[in-house]
Amino acid sequence: MDMPQADMAILGRKAEIVLALKAILPEDAVISDPAETRVYECDGLSAYRCAPLAAVLPRTTEEVASVLRICHQAGVPVVPRGAGTSLAGGALPTADSVILGVARMNRVLEVDYDNRFVRVETGRTNLSVTGAVEADGFFYAPDPSSQLACVIAGNIAMNSGGAHCLKYGVTTNNLMGVKLVLMDGTIVEIGGAHMDAGGLDLLGVVCGSEGQLGVVTEATLRILPKPEGARPVLIGFDSNEVAGACVADIIKAGVLPVAIEFMDRPCIRACEDFAHAGYPDCEALLIVEVEGSKAEIDEQLGLIRQIAGRHDPVEFRESRSDEEARKIWLGRKSAFGAMGQINDYMCLDGTIPVSALPHVLGRIREMSRDYGLDVANVFHAGDGNMHPLILYDANKPGDLEICEKFGADILKLCVEVGGCLTGEHGVGIEKRDLMHVQYSDADLEAQMRVKDVFDPKWLLNPAKVFPLGASAGRRAG
Amino acid sequence: MRVSTENELAEAIRDARGPLRVRGGGTRDVGRPVAGEVLDVSMLSGIALYEPEALTLVARAGTPLAEVEAILAGERQRLAFEPGDWRGLLGTRGEATVGGMVAANVSGPRRVQAGACRDALLGVRFVDGTGAIVKNGGRVMKNVTGYDLVKLMAGSWGTLGVLTEVSMKVLPMPETEATLVLEGMTDAQALVAMTRALGSPYDVTGAAHAGGRTLIRIEGFAQSVAYRTGRLERLLAPFAEMQIEVDAEKSRRLWRTVRDVEVFRERAGDVWRVSVKPSDAPEIAVRLGGEAVMDWGGGLIWALVPEGTDARARACSFGGHATLFRGAEATRRILPAFQPEAGPVASISAAIRRKFDPRGILNRGLMAPVDQEVSA
Repeated sequence: MDMPQADMAILGRKAEIVLALKAILPEDAVISDPAETRVYECDGLSAYRCAPLAAVLPRTTEEVASVLRICHQAGVPVVPRGAGTSLAGGALPTADSVILGVARMNRVLEVDYDNRFVRVETGRTNLSVTGAVEADGFFYAPDPSSQLACVIAGNIAMNSGGAHCLKYGVTTNNLMGVKLVLMDGTIVEIGGAHMDAGGLDLLGVVCGSEGQLGVVTEATLRILPKPEGARPVLIGFDSNEVAGACVADIIKAGVLPVAIEFMDRPCIRACEDFAHAGYPDCEALLIVEVEGSKAEIDEQLGLIRQIAGRHDPVEFRESRSDEEARKIWLGRKSAFGAMGQINDYMCLDGTIPVSALPHVLGRIREMSRDYGLDVANVFHAGDGNMHPLILYDANKPGDLEICEKFGADILKLCVEVGGCLTGEHGVGIEKRDLMHVQYSDADLEAQMRVKDVFDPKWLLNPAKVFPLGASAGRRAG
Repeated sequence: MRVSTENELAEAIRDARGPLRVRGGGTRDVGRPVAGEVLDVSMLSGIALYEPEALTLVARAGTPLAEVEAILAGERQRLAFEPGDWRGLLGTRGEATVGGMVAANVSGPRRVQAGACRDALLGVRFVDGTGAIVKNGGRVMKNVTGYDLVKLMAGSWGTLGVLTEVSMKVLPMPETEATLVLEGMTDAQALVAMTRALGSPYDVTGAAHAGGRTLIRIEGFAQSVAYRTGRLERLLAPFAEMQIEVDAEKSRRLWRTVRDVEVFRERAGDVWRVSVKPSDAPEIAVRLGGEAVMDWGGGLIWALVPEGTDARARACSFGGHATLFRGAEATRRILPAFQPEAGPVASISAAIRRKFDPRGILNRGLMAPVDQEVSA
């Protein structure tokens, strides 16, 4: 993965830039010692690393604005960072860039149950947003797997999803307003406690713009009353195709589960070895969760049992207690950890039309043979968002490169069948150079024009999202 | 001028010598009156793909909305955001198209639970003001590949580009529905009751107050609807006398009147659409004067005021925005139809329009006052 050459002139001005930052921020908010900036050399895509010029940890929107103004004047690129959990390299710095971390801005500013929103600083973790309102019976719906660690700033940048988005939508469907600081230091308020845009829907394009349009410091988030209860079932099948057909039938029948998770045999095995969740020994496994009162849950599960019955499941396991429910989710929730224990892996994130599921799983199996690398599949089946995990050996020279090539082929396949490169992780640097597979020059040009408006000098997180060749002219200017 | 393919459309825009008025079905005549040659895209019609098991439908922009709703109904599915039919309210004729629906981000009472039109949109194809054909998003439910121009196009009223195709998430129709009808509450009382219902775990899919009646809707499987109706009945009993409409067809009819703002049909006066923080609604309704309908649990006010009234001046400052939705042409020339925006947001929006339509030829001035625009 290429990154642009660091600007030597900026590297030469490091002392001066750090001094300017120290002049406007408290002593402890500017990090420039190479031993300390190393902390910021990578995010969740740890195969790629580069320490930044400096890192700043402002505590207020005004401080963020001051930092950006200084960097704008000095022509220094800025890479915004939330919790650094990006799997796509969204927070990967370049040597000539300043990391702007919002982690210290984590207060809840307003809780309004009558109007069903909270306003928070964006350094707050996803899970602790729900934590702030759950005692009163509310929750924040988007639930990325990393929700214990990841923060709202990154969720907005990547438009994060989660297991429960089949019913509740992803970040963009739950975001009502932002306070955004532009690269030139201008503070902009978009949206708020009302439910739609009065003019162009700028909020819609800010969400998912991967930190390239501005730094979001505050967010107004929709909260929902907690359902009375939720219960998962586990259904095992002896083929991926049949499991896929069962998912289609559940959806067609008008049941709208809050989550439908899919795991294939290699993944089931790894999870079983790791978490001992008691999963059946089968080819494919679905976890389907429904919500409501006890009677409503029974009604929906009855329907699901009926539908699944038509597909001869090898197992249909209902949970009779919270403990049993927890065990059903246990394996799924530890899937990534389980895979990590047995192997290095690369986690992909393409989305496909649900109807293409059996075909795509079959093709991945063939490619796995051709490349000589194993793949485990775990994904959100209701919405077609796949997470193939390609297993490789980081210590074996050349293995990472083979793995990346294999990954690229899977993503190309996703696009070929009518899907996309990334469903919830974002493009970052990881999928940047594959953007042409999905988008034409004109498509990319239209997107880059939006960045031209928000950040005319292309200083904010500049080497991400767009193929370097496509953005070269703009970044140089 | 009529076009029947995307390429013809691109050519027509490239070759345009002056401003164009984009027209789908012509049923949503909102905004500052636009000058220019009519560009009729209703022939760009047809459903390109419908996969019920994937909850996905792709249609060309000129496809009649009625055709989409009919094919969905055949599979017991629907557009969850409940797009309204504005012909009665606006006194327009013609056939609403999906492109027009997206361009106006038309979202009905179910907005409170299922999201707006923009939330159900998965992808778009459009031709921008330079004649370039652009696609964004796709046909899958989760897609964060590149910037989300899909949302930007929704509600841009044809000022950034002319839609040629839209792809949408659809949802199953519920087995049945019921509506609690509470009689005789003031706006303020109704707001409290609606807030109570929407803050409950009973998955309310509509909360509106019109003509002294407050409506709360529940949808789903029969047993579940019965259960939740009972719960809500108990919750709302202290507020007012109540009837429960359990006949699904009659319930649907009640909500159609809310969705299409039927109470203001053929009534003299201007109609404003005001988007607010729900708890502010009763007070703003008072300030607006005239008659008000509250939808979205108070988040949306439809107000009928005497012709020529500047509702924004009456409402004073509030978080949200007001659109002059139906007004005499004379009023629409004087008062900006869309809420003038604050400094940086206005300049960002104007700059985006210039980028997508550098000659300022697409529905020029419809959304923003003309002094923010470049000359053609």
